[in-house]
Amino acid sequence: MSSVIGITFGNTSSSIAVATQDGKVDVIANPDGDRAIPSVLSYIGIDEYHGAQAVAQLVRNASNTIINFRDFIGKQYDDVDVSVAARGAAPVKTEDGGIGYNITREDDRVELVTVNEAATRHFKQLKSAAEDYLGQKVESAVLTVPTNFNEHQREVLVQIASAAGFQVLQLINEPSAALLAHLTAASTALGEDELLKDLIYVVADFGGIRSDAAVIAVRGGILTILATAHEFNLGGDDLDDAISEHFAKEFEKKYQANPRKNARSLAKLKAESIVAKKTLSNVQSSSFSIESLAEGFDFLSNINRLRFELAARKPLSDMTAFVEKVLTKAGLDALDIDGVLLAGGCANVVKLAQNVQYLFPESTKIIAPSFDAKASNPEELSTRGAALQAALIESFDEAEVKESLQPIVVNTQHLQAPIGIKDAEGNFQALLVAETAYPIKRSIEVTNGDSSDVVVELYEGKRTIKETVIEPEARNPEDSDYDSDDSDEEPEIKKEVVYVAGDLLAKTVLSDLKPNSKLEVIVNITQNGVLHLTSRELKQGAIAVKGEVQGH
Amino acid sequence: MSIVLPALQGPKTPAFESYKPYSAPVRRPIEPVGRYFLAHATRTLRGHTWSEFEKLEAEKNVQVVEEDEDADLGDEEQSAELLATSPREWKEADLYAVLGLSHLRWKATEDQIRRAHRKQVLKHHPDKKSASGGLDQDDFFKVIQKAFEVMTDSNKRAQFDSVDELATVAPPSAKSEYDFFEAWGPVFETNAHFSKKQPVPLLGDKDSTKEEVDAFYKFWGKFDSWKSFEFKDEDVPDDSANRDHKRYIERKNISNRKKLKQEDNKILNEMVGRAQKEDPRIKAWKEAIKKEKEQAKWEKGAGSRAAAEAAAKKKAEEEAAKKKADEEAVLAKADAKKAKEAAKSAKKKNKRAVRGAPKAANYFGDEAKAEIIDGDVDLLLEKLDDLQLVSLAAKSEGDADAVKAAFVEMVSELTTSGTLKASYVKYFV
Repeated sequence: MSSVIGITFGNTSSSIAVATQDGKVDVIANPDGDRAIPSVLSYIGIDEYHGAQAVAQLVRNASNTIINFRDFIGKQYDDVDVSVAARGAAPVKTEDGGIGYNITREDDRVELVTVNEAATRHFKQLKSAAEDYLGQKVESAVLTVPTNFNEHQREVLVQIASAAGFQVLQLINEPSAALLAHLTAASTALGEDELLKDLIYVVADFGGIRSDAAVIAVRGGILTILATAHEFNLGGDDLDDAISEHFAKEFEKKYQANPRKNARSLAKLKAESIVAKKTLSNVQSSSFSIESLAEGFDFLSNINRLRFELAARKPLSDMTAFVEKVLTKAGLDALDIDGVLLAGGCANVVKLAQNVQYLFPESTKIIAPSFDAKASNPEELSTRGAALQAALIESFDEAEVKESLQPIVVNTQHLQAPIGIKDAEGNFQALLVAETAYPIKRSIEVTNGDSSDVVVELYEGKRTIKETVIEPEARNPEDSDYDSDDSDEEPEIKKEVVYVAGDLLAKTVLSDLKPNSKLEVIVNITQNGVLHLTSRELKQGAIAVKGEVQGH
Repeated sequence: MSIVLPALQGPKTPAFESYKPYSAPVRRPIEPVGRYFLAHATRTLRGHTWSEFEKLEAEKNVQVVEEDEDADLGDEEQSAELLATSPREWKEADLYAVLGLSHLRWKATEDQIRRAHRKQVLKHHPDKKSASGGLDQDDFFKVIQKAFEVMTDSNKRAQFDSVDELATVAPPSAKSEYDFFEAWGPVFETNAHFSKKQPVPLLGDKDSTKEEVDAFYKFWGKFDSWKSFEFKDEDVPDDSANRDHKRYIERKNISNRKKLKQEDNKILNEMVGRAQKEDPRIKAWKEAIKKEKEQAKWEKGAGSRAAAEAAAKKKAEEEAAKKKADEEAVLAKADAKKAKEAAKSAKKKNKRAVRGAPKAANYFGDEAKAEIIDGDVDLLLEKLDDLQLVSLAAKSEGDADAVKAAFVEMVSELTTSGTLKASYVKYFV
């Protein structure tokens, strides 16, 4: 088993994973048995609580419980919105303008825990959980970060990791890690390499307090982020709040007592709402019970999925809108997207996945647990990706990895329009698709049919949208028990993106061929952007026709 | 179905023509994740073109394929005796040889076993045999199937390996002459894989350190082997006709296994004990230790030995001194005796001289008073001490008057000192 682990450090929860020999990934549970380990630290006297145990402290000991601190890393107090930590210990400004927490420890001594210190302690806990599982020292790890983490934040994170006792081999973007994990798992399940299929994905990660989305083009196994979007006040917490509010109203009506006035009541509501939300992702209804919610009244009720979806309509539609936003940013249409990968805890919410599905055409695959029971746990996706990457780069030495991350390697030209050839019917057949990173080489096997001389015409593709009108099925006249005024049913229009041949770039001629010979067309773009077209007959001694397409 | 290219309309030349550049690309960062990115990075950093990269990858693949192939697996010659093994006595046969793996034995991997088995099946399949004329020729094939059954079941294979005598090298015969390391090395090497604990320390060579050798014997002294002896079991009758008998056989098997295991452990212990006894390194070290001890003892005794020597010397000296002293004493005694005798004779002589003096001086003219004079002289001689005697003797020769004066003087000297009463002297007054 590899000793390099993958770590995802989230605002709400973190997870750790390790790749096994057979290419599978084990997500490691902490001593409490949680795989999604809450990124929460709580202090009572000399004791430190971490994970779910610390979350439990939010009800009684909120002022000594540090929550939602990931985004504070490497930031100044004045630059951040501290309201995300409203339920826990209040962030304070440290002497150097950074962020810290005043934590009351034993004998009423007040300890200033900076964000970096909190993160270090959190990492130490994660590391020790991983070591317990692996039975060996963890010396290095691959960490995921949100795409909007800046250079400084990344550096600080690396320092925090080294303070916690391990080395960061590589920082990778959360959406890329999630997609890598999904594609690797799908490849194993389907037995073909999903990474090599040229598809465009939207990775939408709905976390606890923030949402991130990225449009990623997968081209020949290379991932390129086309656009990202972030929403800092949208996430699972909003869904929890919707449930809390729903029950707060119900409680108020029943007992004439307001549970929102009291921080402890609110914390109790919140904790139970989270449980209810998770239950509703799996079953149709959930019970909801809190002892002594407010003014000594016990509260017992239940909620079904429909009511939850109604109550949380606002955040759910915000989330859908958020996905649309990232599409707009990428300059793409829903039709261009081949798959949507939902990540983060909210991806379990059935309604969210359904809403997202309505956004895209049927051809787009939505990857969420409610559609595919075999899908990986969306909360673990990026950790799994990190673990896979860890296993990949483990065998390389540090210098090699560093070298591979140089801008000269990473910043690459990407093709902007598809390039392909025209077949006998005049249809455009793409060889290279847009957003493929240089260098590229693709070959395709073709035939000449009956003609002895053929031409290979290299075109740039032009995107068009083909609309097919699907007439509603004609009703069987015998079924006329129904009202016959169904003429208001509109014909359904099915849209799809079709590329047609645009500008002719080059052509080659292959002559004097026997009928149905096997031919090969190779298109090749070098690192410097020089496009070569080669075509030849697939037989011994055949001479290839080669040419360089003129440059820009 | 492959794409059909459009037919050429127009001239055949030129064969290639370029019309228009393609749309300008956009520079974007690619995500540094996944193995295709690593391949991309390698290509970019090493500056490989596609064809070079493909070539390198292809070379890698070829090597992998070649490594996989050990073509002559299972091609070993099988002796006529082995081929004649009856399927009833399959346990007697060397199952590795049956599969043609006798050179690999317990080291054969599962994959190798599978491939070797396939080869044996191709060679010995009854259909093949009957095609080539033989009739009832499936005996050896049955043995092959049995062997394959044992070899593919890790449990059964371990049981067979436990009793596979050909896999281990026997210790050298005690009577023969042999080089310790050459003879014992393979013995331990071939027994090492029976250990539950791996890795197993090996014998090493004459240059091994003491720690290594100690660790080696310590390990082998407590060798925990996974050997089990089910393979030697007597077949348990599988009919339910006689349950008691069946149980009896089972019990017998269990106790037999136990016995064999004990024996095996004993043999191993004896073997290790013998090796330890014969080990030239240990002997050399023991010798060295012995020498060292003696040396140490020798050095430790140096002080007392010097003291003893000094004492002996002193004693000898003392003895010598004493002896000398004794001799001297004897001599001195003799001398003293002589002197005494000399003195005595001198005294006698002197007395004689003194006594003879008056006569020689003719009694000073008073010959008549000769008797009185002699009486006085005797009295005088009685009272005289040695010194007075000598001085008187010296004076008692010569002139008669001087002799008479000397006698008178002597008498007066004696009377004044009180030793002689004047009244007793009659002549020398």
